[in-house]
Amino acid sequence: MDLITPEFGLVFWTLITFLILLFILRKFAWKPILGAVSDREEGIKNALASAEKARLEMENLHADNERILQEARAEREAMLKDARDMKNKIVSDAKDEAQAQATKMIEQAQAAIESEKKAAMAELKSHVAGLSLEIAEKVVREELSNKDKQLKLVEAMLGEATLN
Amino acid sequence: MRISTLKNIILSALFLTVFNIGFASETKEGGDDEKFDPKEMILHHVKDAYGMHLFDWNGHAVSIPLPLILWTDNGLTTFSSSEFHHDYNGEVIVEKNGQKFVNVHEKVYVLDEGATSVNYDEEHHPTNAHRPKLDLSITRNVFMMWVSIAVLFLIFLSAARRYKKSDNYVPSGVASFVEPLIVFVRDEIARPMIGEHKYKRYMPYLLTIFFFIWINNIFGLIPILNGANLSGNIAFTFTLAAITFIITTFSGNKNYWKHIFWMPGVPVPMKIFLMPIEIIGMFVKPISLMIRLFANITAGHVIILALMSLIFVFKSYAIAPVSVAFSLFITVIEVIVTAIQAYIFTILSALYFGMATEEEHH
Repeated sequence: MDLITPEFGLVFWTLITFLILLFILRKFAWKPILGAVSDREEGIKNALASAEKARLEMENLHADNERILQEARAEREAMLKDARDMKNKIVSDAKDEAQAQATKMIEQAQAAIESEKKAAMAELKSHVAGLSLEIAEKVVREELSNKDKQLKLVEAMLGEATLN
Repeated sequence: MRISTLKNIILSALFLTVFNIGFASETKEGGDDEKFDPKEMILHHVKDAYGMHLFDWNGHAVSIPLPLILWTDNGLTTFSSSEFHHDYNGEVIVEKNGQKFVNVHEKVYVLDEGATSVNYDEEHHPTNAHRPKLDLSITRNVFMMWVSIAVLFLIFLSAARRYKKSDNYVPSGVASFVEPLIVFVRDEIARPMIGEHKYKRYMPYLLTIFFFIWINNIFGLIPILNGANLSGNIAFTFTLAAITFIITTFSGNKNYWKHIFWMPGVPVPMKIFLMPIEIIGMFVKPISLMIRLFANITAGHVIILALMSLIFVFKSYAIAPVSVAFSLFITVIEVIVTAIQAYIFTILSALYFGMATEEEHH
């Protein structure tokens, strides 16, 4: 029967001993050990999370790079196209201008030639008129110096006038 | 790895068994003429004792004397257990502080005034002696308990120091051995039983009882310590179960008490019917803890001792191989039981804490 009767002495010492054990282990063993274990677990969790974050960032960075590259390529294309357009425009503008210039010069030349021609004509006319007068004067003078001839001339002239 | 572990267990079990033979034979010390009584021998080994008897050497018992601390009618009386000269049959009378003390089956009695020797009734209870008012002796169980907490301090305080030293929290040395056990208690016992939010409060208690019970179970299996059967002692299991009960009761929330006194979700007659059952259940839970640990550990000791007693009952060496084989088998099982019982006590305590702090289901 006393196998299953708790002895007070042992209950007493067990209680005291257990409470001391609990107190000391809680303060000096469980707290630091559990703290270190959970700190480590936290650390591992954080490290994994930051690795994942870094991976995502890398991916983003990569995508960004790709995008920037794409943009740069597009920009280059656009710039090249602009440059080509510009070249074509300049060339055609130059051509047009040259054309216009040439036309204008030709016109000016023609105008100059026309006016020169007119001037020359006028001069020629006056010269011819002077010459004609001179010739006519000489002829008339010669005709009038001879009586016969004067008569003949008058006759001829009269004949002509009649004929007309 | 696993095979070598198994080999170690078997080897150590064999070692233990060899010692078992050693201490089983020492029970013959009563003399060849005396008839061997296995029941008395077993009870003597399973129960507590005043001295720490280690072994016999040339017919002399070698033991560690332990102090008796008694509160008697004449006040505090202390003396060494060696003064009984290993007698536990009430034959050696120690006179101290004006009183006569005898050791009857490892229980100290004070002889009544005028008595010079102990008289017994038919059930072998002393008739002319009484127990002292208070017996706070350092018995072999108390002694072994102190040895065990010294070992626990050694293990866990040095393990904790390892963590302080390393900044990277990498366990080394003894810490790498105890950490899996601590994490096991946390992740397999406390977290699932109590729940993620509240388990932290109970961790120190759960860890402490787990290792305290386990190490004392193991110490109980070491024969040179004379099978100090602390965790198979009802006083020890009673104390731990009582602490679990007190913690459960004080951490019980509204929901817990409602489930005991007014079970929700059942008709009123059922509520009235369930109330006394739940109230009984409140006490049965820790009582089952107390009896389970006590009975399992004591039974293991009794079986091993009984198998060894066969040799002396049959008085034949021929039976020895059978006894050794069987008790080896039981000892191996007992090695596993040491851990299992510590685990069960801890997990059930955690379960009770979890029930006491469980929030209402919606």
